[in-house]
Amino acid sequence: MPRVPVDESQVARCREHAAAIASDVQKYIDAHTTVGVERVVLRALGVVGVDDQGVPMVNALVDRLHGADVLRFGASYAIGASIARHGGDVQEAAERLAFGPIEQVRELFGEVGVPSAEQIVEARKALEQPTLDALARIDGARDQRLALRAAHAQQAQPGTPLKYVIVATGNIYDDAVQAKAAAQAGADIVAVIRATAQSLLDYVPEGATTEGFGGTFATQDNFGIVRRALDEATVRNGRYCMQTNYSSGLCMAEIAWMAAVERLDMVLNDAMYGILFRDINMCRTFVDQYVSRRFIARSKIVINTGEDNYLTTADAVEKAHTVIASQFVNEAFGHRAGLVDEQLGLGHAYEIDPKIEDSFLMELGQAQLVRQVFPRHPIKWMPPTKHKTGDIFQAHVHDALYNLVGVTTGQSIELLGMFSEAIHNPLLMDRYLSLKATRYVFTTARHLGDEIELKPDGIIARRAVTVLAEAEALLADVRVKTIWNAIAEGAFADVKRTRTGGKGFTGIVERAPGYMNPVLEALEAST
Amino acid sequence: MHPTEAKLLRAYGDREGDGMVQMSFTLQMPVGARGREAAKRFAEAHGLKEPIISTMEECAEGFTYFVAYGHSQHTVDVTNLEVPEVEVPRLEMKEIDHRVKTRLARKIVVVGACTGSDAHTVGIDAILNMKGYAGEKGLEAYKSFEAYNLGAQVENDQLIERANAVGADAILVSQVITQRNCHKDNARALVDLLERRGERGKFILLLGGPRIDHKLGLELGFDAGFGPGTRPGDVASFLVHKLCGEEPLPSESIRAVAKAS
Ligand code: B12
Repeated sequence: MPRVPVDESQVARCREHAAAIASDVQKYIDAHTTVGVERVVLRALGVVGVDDQGVPMVNALVDRLHGADVLRFGASYAIGASIARHGGDVQEAAERLAFGPIEQVRELFGEVGVPSAEQIVEARKALEQPTLDALARIDGARDQRLALRAAHAQQAQPGTPLKYVIVATGNIYDDAVQAKAAAQAGADIVAVIRATAQSLLDYVPEGATTEGFGGTFATQDNFGIVRRALDEATVRNGRYCMQTNYSSGLCMAEIAWMAAVERLDMVLNDAMYGILFRDINMCRTFVDQYVSRRFIARSKIVINTGEDNYLTTADAVEKAHTVIASQFVNEAFGHRAGLVDEQLGLGHAYEIDPKIEDSFLMELGQAQLVRQVFPRHPIKWMPPTKHKTGDIFQAHVHDALYNLVGVTTGQSIELLGMFSEAIHNPLLMDRYLSLKATRYVFTTARHLGDEIELKPDGIIARRAVTVLAEAEALLADVRVKTIWNAIAEGAFADVKRTRTGGKGFTGIVERAPGYMNPVLEALEAST
Repeated sequence: MHPTEAKLLRAYGDREGDGMVQMSFTLQMPVGARGREAAKRFAEAHGLKEPIISTMEECAEGFTYFVAYGHSQHTVDVTNLEVPEVEVPRLEMKEIDHRVKTRLARKIVVVGACTGSDAHTVGIDAILNMKGYAGEKGLEAYKSFEAYNLGAQVENDQLIERANAVGADAILVSQVITQRNCHKDNARALVDLLERRGERGKFILLLGGPRIDHKLGLELGFDAGFGPGTRPGDVASFLVHKLCGEEPLPSESIRAVAKAS
């Protein structure tokens, strides 16, 4: 690989700043829970189903506890205490608490509305086995997934970036057909893109879905349908095909758990994307991302972070350093949630305006910089999108240069560019042509990176040096301001958000002394 | 009116009138002689004479991808095309500020958003925000404009509430996602809602986005539609023309009534 000059002490300083930034937020995270966190824990403990209005049980129960102002003790406490008092299993307790007389909730909190030490001990005891079962289910799915992977070839073109394509028909059954087709055509990873409105729903829809705009709803059943299709493709092609989806939005934690038990290999999961790109409240997002990542860590799923998106709203030359800075922050948050470097697919993108002279060289410098700064991380590299127009022929050339940078700098995961990017979600044919063209570039330029050396003070090297220096300055500034204020000032993606603004703010709850969450505690203890 | 003689055009490939075009498509059948014949007939059905199937490859099990070249038989008469276009002279920022100051004697107030579940803000930002687009500053940068950008995923009723609250002259709507025509539905829903509230005509309505043109904007009940490549100056010029030109102000009468009551 062509090395760019990187000052290791500068990288260390960046990491130190990011660590301080994340630790500040972690104090907040550890003192709070959210409706999303409580729902995922209930799901993990085995609560299933919907009420007669189609509202998921976990929502019905959490909303009731929240309404009664007792969510601060943890939904797990209510379940455990109810089992201790009335017997039955987790599901029965959940139904009792969600639909029974409200006294059955109140009685768990005594005269003063606070559980006694004794009640807490009993509740914990009642949840011991369900907690073990919850972990066993996650571990079982993980082991099954890794075994299937190990039993097959890993990749269509070993030694080059993994080829990642998206399907987004809106109908999960069509998605399954397209996913298999993509695997056959050489895709290593298939993402089912999610319906436009989903990130702002504060519940996860149930069942298989066939109606979505801009993509298909992420539901547990839909995950299973695509997994089965890809399992078939894996066996048929003799090559494992990975599946990914979005663990983002107001239900990012619940979706992470669904991904874990339905054997997804990767998820798009970012500590700040929801804040910046969906206007979800920052307190809510910080707590939710942490818990989502605890599940992800346990299941050895690889995350893809969303820094590439910054360059769609901000200029890719001026703001390249915000990507690197944010990658350090995402890494720090990830480590605090138990993720290891090998799970951190940090995102970046080839988004410089192609009209700029030597933009190809700048992209080379930036891509190589990311590679060197995060050597063990499965870096996720995104194609040009913003500057693509309806000229599909030109767009195909644009993607070819992107692929050339990708293979030369050894990116880990490449989301393949589509020549129809500016027009519609990719068609079957678009994906095929993209895979074919990428295979061509990866083959012809396979060892280009090993062959070339960069001029130490050339355009490429200087670009990398500049971007890292700017990233360090930004991180130092964010550290002083704290990330809460930095986001409010538009430090990332040129987007400004306030601490109490945005969606989902009412779903945050300060933990009370005695807050109980045995599933989360077990996840925290294990990684 | 003089009857104009029809001017018939064919696609231009290498020589005038050769009608040469290419098309690419997928058929759900395997590669082979039958596939090639099917592709040929398919191309012929689209009016291509002597089509050449220049590529035939399996793009998925049971699906074949084709590229065809052929001489299109079809012609287009370009004399009678009626295309509504936003026809206002483009004015410089200075001139705009001057006209608004001298003719309107107050700022033009605009409220914009990307509506429905659509989360794309870059288009509306390009028009409204200081930074602007293609080297032109956005409406925020004009002395004569007061611009409120509500961002993305804004519901139509919120947008209207806000427009009323700030006394907007114009509402600017951006629609980027078009899957199954949701952009049209969203845009129409705003017009319907204004109608129901008895506020149709109170605001100048502008629609924009990559799949929008003036014709579509008008069809959907907007005063104008703006497509790809729109610059903030185009929008400012249009609004100035509407509000400070000879045309009566659509909002003025309603506002006068509102104030009187
Ligand atoms: C950037 C981008 C994003 C960013 C948006 C960031 C942001 N805050 O805006 C991110 C990454 C978040 C994103 C997300 C998604 N995106 Co997107 N995105 C794009 C992309 C690459 C560029 C769009 C863009 O910014 N263009 C630049 C601006 C300046 O152009 P413009 O919008 O056309 O605006 C100009 C004119 O149209 C006009 N204009 C626009 N609005 C208005 C309004 C008024 C009043 C006026 C006067 C003028 C005007 O003026 C502007 C300046 O000239 C396009 C692909 C492409 N190259 O076009 C896909 C694209 C638009 N996205 C698409 C999709 C499907 C999505 C997702 C739904 C994917 C998913 N399932 O998650 C999500 C959106 C989720 C949601 N809830 O909406 C599809 C839409 C397909 C379709 N036709 O329906 C596209 C075409 C990509 C694709 N091929 O699949 N996306």
